[in-house]
Amino acid sequence: MAFTRKIGFVAAAVFAAVAIASPVLRAEEPPGFAEAPSPERQNWSFSGFFGTFDKPQLQRGFKVYKEVCSNCHELRIPFRTLGQPGGPGFSEDQVKALAATYTIHDGPNLAGDMFDRPGRASDYFPPPFPNPEAAAAALGAVPPEMSLIAKSIKFERGFPNFVFDALPIPGLGIYQEVGPDLIYAILHGYTKEDDPNWNLYFPGHKIAMAKPLADGQVDYTDGAPTTLSQYSKDVAAFLAWAAEPTLEVRKRVGLRVMLFLFLLAGLVYFAKKRVWSDVAH
Amino acid sequence: MHGLSTFEPKNGFVKWLEARLPILSFAHGSFVAFPTPKNLNYWWTFGGILSFMLIAQIVTGVVLTMHYTPESTLAFGSVEKIMRDVNWGWMLRYAHSNGASMFFFAVYIHMFRGIYYGSYKSPREVLWILGVIIFLLMMATGFMGYVLPWGQMSFWGATVITNLFSAIPLVGDDITVWLWGGFSVDNPTLNRFFALHYLLPFMIVAVVALHVWALHVCGQNNPDGVEVQDIHKDCVPFTPHATMKDSVGIAFFLILYCWFIFYIPNYLGDADNYIPANPMKTPAHIVPEWYFLPYYAILRSIPNKLAGVIAMFAAIAILAFLPWLDTSKVRSGKYRPIFRIFFWIFVASGIGLGYLGAMPPEGGYVLAARILGVVYFGFFVVVLPLLGLFEKTTPVPASIADAVLARTGSASSVAASAASAPQTKG
Repeated sequence: MAFTRKIGFVAAAVFAAVAIASPVLRAEEPPGFAEAPSPERQNWSFSGFFGTFDKPQLQRGFKVYKEVCSNCHELRIPFRTLGQPGGPGFSEDQVKALAATYTIHDGPNLAGDMFDRPGRASDYFPPPFPNPEAAAAALGAVPPEMSLIAKSIKFERGFPNFVFDALPIPGLGIYQEVGPDLIYAILHGYTKEDDPNWNLYFPGHKIAMAKPLADGQVDYTDGAPTTLSQYSKDVAAFLAWAAEPTLEVRKRVGLRVMLFLFLLAGLVYFAKKRVWSDVAH
Repeated sequence: MHGLSTFEPKNGFVKWLEARLPILSFAHGSFVAFPTPKNLNYWWTFGGILSFMLIAQIVTGVVLTMHYTPESTLAFGSVEKIMRDVNWGWMLRYAHSNGASMFFFAVYIHMFRGIYYGSYKSPREVLWILGVIIFLLMMATGFMGYVLPWGQMSFWGATVITNLFSAIPLVGDDITVWLWGGFSVDNPTLNRFFALHYLLPFMIVAVVALHVWALHVCGQNNPDGVEVQDIHKDCVPFTPHATMKDSVGIAFFLILYCWFIFYIPNYLGDADNYIPANPMKTPAHIVPEWYFLPYYAILRSIPNKLAGVIAMFAAIAILAFLPWLDTSKVRSGKYRPIFRIFFWIFVASGIGLGYLGAMPPEGGYVLAARILGVVYFGFFVVVLPLLGLFEKTTPVPASIADAVLARTGSASSVAASAASAPQTKG
C-alpha cells in the first residue's frame, strides 16, 4: 500500500534526522559536565519473554542484603513476601523463624503501654534508623529505601537505543533491566583506591555510600563464588524481585494472552475477509 | 442519513417497548443498518479502537479507585499495595497507566487521519471541534491521573504545569493558589485532582456521544473524500462490515497494548515516579508523559513565560480552526499532491518536537524546537490557507462507487455488491 510505504519513508527520515542531529546538539552540553559511562547490559534470568527469578540467586542476594545493605538501608516489604510464589522460595517455617529474629516495637496494649515483641511473617522489615533524620545524622545522608530502587534508578539510553529497547527482539529489545544493570555497575564503580566515595557510574561521580562490598565479605553456603561480581549480581537480582514480586506471573500470563490474541486476531481477520468477500472496496 | 435496512419489531415485548422508548430501533439504525462508505481503510478503525480504550480506562480506573487512597502521605503506598498485594492489581495498574499511552497513541493517529483526508471540512466542522474538545479533556485527565501515584515526577510535573497559570497577568498568582488549594502543590491539590480525574472521563463519554451523534448526522468521510450519493452503491451496512473491520483493528491494537502491559510495562513511564514525592528535592530533569512532549517543547522554546504558555495552548486550540484555515475545495489528501508533502512535513515536525521535549532545554535543542515550532504553526496559518488557492489537485472521482471501480477495475463485483448491499450477511 502506497500509504504505509510513505509512513515508512517518513519514519526513516525522522530516524535519520534525529540520529544525525542528536550528537551535534548534544555537543552543546556545558563544559565540565561529568558524563558517566553507560553500564553494560547483564544477563538476567528474569529478562526476556520467559524470564523467571533464579531462587538460589534471590536467596544469596537476600543474604547479602541482610548482612550488608540492611545496616543502613530500609527495605519496606513484609517478611511474608519472601515465601510467596515467584520469589526466593523460603518455606513458611523459614519465614516465621526469620521474622522472629527481629524485634518489632508494637502497641499500645490494653494497659496503654508500648512494648517489644518478636516479629511475625506479616510484619515489615524494621528500618535501621528510627527516622530519616537519625539516618542523616549518623551517615551524613539518608540512604534510599530499597523496595523500589531497581525500578526508580535509570541512566540515559539515548537515541536510537531507546527505540530498540521497546521492540520484541530477544537480547536487543525488551529492555526493562536498566535498574539492576545500574546497581551492578555502581557496586563495581568504586575504581579510585584513594577515594571511597568516587563512583564511575554514579551521576556526578560523588556517592555518599562508601564502597560497601568486597570479595569474600559474605559467606555463601551453596558453593557460589564469594566475589564482588557474584555479590552484586545476586543483590541486584534480589532488589529486582523486591521491586516487582509479581514479575513471574506477569510474564507467564503475558505469554498466554499474546498467544490468545494472535489466534483471535487471525480468526477475526479471516471472518472479516469472508464478510467483505462479495463487496468491492 | 437513512439506514440500509429497516427495523421491524416482531416480538410483542419489543413492540411494546418501541411504542414507549424506541431505543432498539435507534440502536439498530445507528450500529447495524447505518450506511458505511465501502472504501474505508484501516485508518478508520481507530474510532472503534478509541471507544474500546475509553471503556477499558474507565473499567480499570473504577477498580483501581477501590484500592487507591487520595491522601498525600498514603497515595504512593496505596499504589504499591495495588502492585504487590491486590489480586491482579499489577495488571490493572499497568493496564491503566499504559492504557493512557495507548489512548493518546490512537487519538493522534485518529487526528492525523482526519487531517490527511480532510475529515474536518464542511459539513463535519462541529464533529471535528467536538473531537478537539475530547482531546483537551483527555489531556486534562491524563495529566491529573499522572499526579495520583504521588511520585517525584507526579509532584514536580504538577508543580511545573500548575505554575503555568501564574504567567497570566495580574490574577495569575491568585489563580495558581486557588488551583493548588494552598501555597504549593500538596494534599488539597491531590484531592481535587483525584476528584477531577474521576469526573472528566464521564464528561469525555458525554462529548463522545455528541461526537458520534454528529458523525451519524453527516455520515463518515472516506479516503476519496466524496460525499455518499447513493447509499446502495456507495455504502455497506455497519454490521457486519464495519463491525468486523473494527474488530480486526481492535484485535491487532490489543496485541500492541498487551505487549506494553506484560513485557515492557515501565518503558513509557519515568523511573523517578517510583520515588515518593519529595517537595525538598527537585529531579534533574522534569519531563512530562510522552504524549505531552511536543507541546512541552513549544512551551520551553520561547524565553518569555507568558508567550510560551500562549504558544502551547495555541498549538492545541488552532486545531479547532482547521475547517476554516484549510481553503481547498478538494477534501481528501489523496487528490492533493502538494498538500501531501506538507502533511508529512507536519507529521515529522510533531515527532521531532516530541523528541526535543524530552531533551534538556539548552543549546541546539532550543533552536531546533523553535524551527520545528515555526513549521508546526506554519502548516496551519500559511500552508493550508495558501494551498487552497494555488494547488493543482488531481481529478476527484464522481462517487465512491466510481473510485472503487477505478481501483478494482471490475464492473461485475460492483454490480454484485450493489445488488446485495441492502441485506446484512452473517
